[in-house]
Amino acid sequence: MKHRTEEELLAFLDGATDERAAIAAHLNECANCREELERIEGVFAALDAMPIPEPGEHFEERVWQRIAPRLGEKKTRWWEPFFVPQRMAALGGVVALVILAFFAGRITRRTAPAQEQMDAAKVRERVLVVAVGEHLGRTEMVLMELQNAPILRGEKAIDISETQRRAEDLVEENRLYRQTALKAGDQAMANTLDELERVLLDIANSPDELTAAAFETIRKRIEVQGLLFKVRIVKQGLDERKANPDAKPAENKTRITERNKV
Amino acid sequence: MAEEVAVSDAIAVERTLGGDRDAYRVLVERHSRTVYRMAYRMMGNAHDAEDVVQEAFLRAYEKLKQFAGNANFGTWVYRIAANYAIDRLRQRNSEEAKREGSIKSGGQFLEVDPLSQVRDTSPSPERLAGSAQLAERMKAALNALSPAERTAIVMRHWDGCGIEEIAAVLNANSNATKNTVFRAVQKLRRALMPFLEEKETRAMGTEG
Repeated sequence: MKHRTEEELLAFLDGATDERAAIAAHLNECANCREELERIEGVFAALDAMPIPEPGEHFEERVWQRIAPRLGEKKTRWWEPFFVPQRMAALGGVVALVILAFFAGRITRRTAPAQEQMDAAKVRERVLVVAVGEHLGRTEMVLMELQNAPILRGEKAIDISETQRRAEDLVEENRLYRQTALKAGDQAMANTLDELERVLLDIANSPDELTAAAFETIRKRIEVQGLLFKVRIVKQGLDERKANPDAKPAENKTRITERNKV
Repeated sequence: MAEEVAVSDAIAVERTLGGDRDAYRVLVERHSRTVYRMAYRMMGNAHDAEDVVQEAFLRAYEKLKQFAGNANFGTWVYRIAANYAIDRLRQRNSEEAKREGSIKSGGQFLEVDPLSQVRDTSPSPERLAGSAQLAERMKAALNALSPAERTAIVMRHWDGCGIEEIAAVLNANSNATKNTVFRAVQKLRRALMPFLEEKETRAMGTEG
């Protein structure tokens, strides 16, 4: 009689074998293999017997006390994180993604069989692209508000509470798009929106009054970094796409109803 | 029940993302003990285990937006902790290897392979009976596993994780992961043989 190997018996114990019935039948007849199986079970029993010292009644409290002070440690004034290189890269990433998706959409539209139903994932992806474009449009407005706010000489503080309120709304929207992107399996887009969300959160959570000098610095930096310009390019690309006469009306309709659902 | 926890976790995650830091405390309180047990089995001591728990919850907080309520928070933070623990084990092993190397070149005796020590010690029947000794042996045997093997056995045996889940932490395919689990069990078995299979010498004699 051919004995079962250690590996086969382990797989049997583990429930990870296609030969379950055959091995069980063999075990029924073969005392040697039964003993071998028991010895392997002995290893598992020994593992189970390994004690774990209890970390104590207040363990959870202790973990929290240790980590709580470190949770917010990265927090700075809102415009500082906005201009760190990763953030700029993130915004550039959104721009690149949207442009990419835009052209990908055009190609798909031309080559796909005309009346074939577009699968749900594709539609969702396209809806996401359009929605993100609009979302960026609103982000542009927030940046413009900052850019165009009147500054009176000698004014001590500038109220940005209105801009903040809009940023707050954008945070919610952003989160929704991020979740949709995740559901659509677009991890890259989700990650990028995640980065953008942090920026918006920083704006929303900043003090609602800034000094005139601080405000001026921010405006200059928005200008120098070409943030507004980048957002506008994306928006323009998406507007063109919407106005594309090649677009099938049925498709547009789907897109609009889908968008309204979101 | 698990469903309720998941929903309640998802709400806590959303609240945390909305700026309510205390909501995160709920998540820490709910899941830190489970993470601790895994971390202890991985690291083999309470100090390192607590360190893994803290780091896992810090990392989870930083990456919370990526989580987005799509999976179970407990599973997610567990995986972050497993990833961190395996990194720590690798780091520890390479530090130990370095230290051992320098001591060895100094000509001192060193326990190079804990496995060989385990195997070579002939246990007396009295010692066999003591489960504390068995636990010590098991500890040494676990320490002798590679970080991947240790991760595989901890996740598979104690926490009942699926092969795919383990494969993701090991950054390997599922066949390689199955092999790693097997190798881990095999090594533990060899290391514990004098303890667990003293009957085997007799049994083996009749085998063949």
